[in-house]
Amino acid sequence: MSANPKIPHTAPRASSIFDAYALSEIRRAAATGVYDIRGGGAKRPMPHFDDLLFLGASMSRYPLEGYREACTTAVTLGDRFAEQPIELKIPITIAGMSFGSLSGQAKEALGRGASAMGTSTTTGDGGMTPEERQHSKQLVYQYLPSRYGMNPDDLRKADAIEVVVGQGAKPGGGGMLLGQKITQRVAKMRSLPEGIDQRSACRHPDWTGPDDLEIKIHELREITGGRIPIYVKIGASRPYFDTALSIKAGADVVVLDGMQGGTAATQEVFIEHVGIPTLAAIRPAVQALIDADMHRKVQLVVSGGIRNGADVAKCLALGADAVSIGTAALVALGDNDPRWEAHYQALGTTAGCYDDWHAGEDPAGITTQDPDLCKRLDPLVAGQRLANLLAVMTLECQTIARANGKSDVRNLEPEDLVALTVEAAAMAKVPLAGTDWIPGQGL
Amino acid sequence: MIEIDLDTSPLRETNRRLQTVGANDNARQFRLFNPRGAHAVAAGLTEDLEVTVEGHVGFYCSGMNRQAKIQVTGNAGVGLAENMMSGEVRVAGNASQSAGATGQGGLLVVEGDTSSRCGISMKGIDIVVGGSVGHMSAFMGQAGSLAVLGDAGNSLGDSLYEARLYVRGRVESLGADCKEKEMTAHHLEKLGRLLDRARISANPRDFRRYGSARQLYHFKIGNLGAY
Repeated sequence: MSANPKIPHTAPRASSIFDAYALSEIRRAAATGVYDIRGGGAKRPMPHFDDLLFLGASMSRYPLEGYREACTTAVTLGDRFAEQPIELKIPITIAGMSFGSLSGQAKEALGRGASAMGTSTTTGDGGMTPEERQHSKQLVYQYLPSRYGMNPDDLRKADAIEVVVGQGAKPGGGGMLLGQKITQRVAKMRSLPEGIDQRSACRHPDWTGPDDLEIKIHELREITGGRIPIYVKIGASRPYFDTALSIKAGADVVVLDGMQGGTAATQEVFIEHVGIPTLAAIRPAVQALIDADMHRKVQLVVSGGIRNGADVAKCLALGADAVSIGTAALVALGDNDPRWEAHYQALGTTAGCYDDWHAGEDPAGITTQDPDLCKRLDPLVAGQRLANLLAVMTLECQTIARANGKSDVRNLEPEDLVALTVEAAAMAKVPLAGTDWIPGQGL
Repeated sequence: MIEIDLDTSPLRETNRRLQTVGANDNARQFRLFNPRGAHAVAAGLTEDLEVTVEGHVGFYCSGMNRQAKIQVTGNAGVGLAENMMSGEVRVAGNASQSAGATGQGGLLVVEGDTSSRCGISMKGIDIVVGGSVGHMSAFMGQAGSLAVLGDAGNSLGDSLYEARLYVRGRVESLGADCKEKEMTAHHLEKLGRLLDRARISANPRDFRRYGSARQLYHFKIGNLGAY
């Protein structure tokens, strides 16, 4: 650049690599010497369900009448071995989130909303609270490496057990709940001193590998008498092999969580750089089920970035039996709501971007244990909002299914889909729109 | 005494029978024989029973036990008495890795040795080992006590919270944030009572005590080398 007015200036040019966010992160790291921790899932652009389209009916496909002809949404999970499988009215469940990371009010609201719609909720790291059990007609009890709050009584009160091997936001990682959220009650449930940073292990303490997992599942069935289903939750990384090994280990249900799936707290670098997108994980997992002759016998529940009924329909079309939502459920409760904008601004962020869920300062009263903040969330109102969202998502999914001629949402199939991008076509193994080309499928 | 032959009685049926003994039932003593290394033997018991298992058991024997007194005359596999809530589990032989893992309460006695990660993530259980323990024992131990009459392997008490560790023999190395602490009269008394409960004969004065240095309780960048 020259100060000589006769020489034209080039326009200031920002780097596409060193963009504003990258520069701010470098400055933050240089100032603190600590990596960034946040909640939520991957925020970077990546191939997702928006890159797929349904074809709808045409001359060769017969649609169903939108408001007249039935389109079933019920799904049974866990009937491979369990005496009492989970019967859901809709194919959308609530993903595992702990009391501790979430307020008691938020957990109650999740239970109320899910129960109103005939679906299940899931505990998280930290055990089962009585309120959660009371307000969730169908409750899945997570069996995590930390075993915080684990006890056989709650195990037997559960309607299913979910052995957590991994999580989409951080496959291979544990967690840390910072001291400001370790209140007296949370500390007591986790047998820890109040106010310390609580680490969650990344590996189970008493088994390693799929052969051991088979024996662990055997033990859980012995303790629960084989009554309830055993799910295995995996973070999307090697979905074909992880699904195959889960089947071999005796899972009734496989829960597959893509990298857009949220977490209460972990390193930003982990969230954004480990694991694979949900879209890329589904077909390999389904293939593993098909190869083992277990598709629809061991159910597949997919989570990670599911926001609306179209996303649900696309998951089902790719071969899933149901989905789980976490972030969308929290947003329905009131997370990141613009009504708290002044409070978000005070925290240095803005509505829609708040992700310091570990800090315990959530203005919406959801990811906090602060009693005053918690009071901002009315569980009855928030529960109804979640029920409304679940209803809308279900109706949207049915709308798409009928338009594709399906009388059951699980009859949606890959043939109903095309992709908008080469990447999405390759990952979802459906043709690029307007072509019959599926990248990676032959010549 | 009710005798159950595991060669002829299916494990699920046997466990269900043990799990459904009522508080007022008279039959409270059981002898299981021919376990032949079966997994999850006597898992999930809830009542104050006396169960003797004659032979060797596989993984997760007496897992999540509540109240029952379970004795194994042979050796035990991985995850012995994992997540035990209360009661007593006693093994005459050796135990594999992760004995007493995440145990919330009760007493576990292994008269022989245990392999690695004995007492991993212990949350209130008391463990007495007559022989030695392998590496990473009491890793992330939160509460309860581990007393070892023999030696302890590498990285004893790594990332320890508030569990108390007593070792009579040699400690190969201490894990991150674990340090030797003074054996006060209070601790001598506590250890003495623990050994009495375990019916193990040893002098508490022969033990050294280890506990958390509490330097990793809050994430600090200055501790980076310890993580």
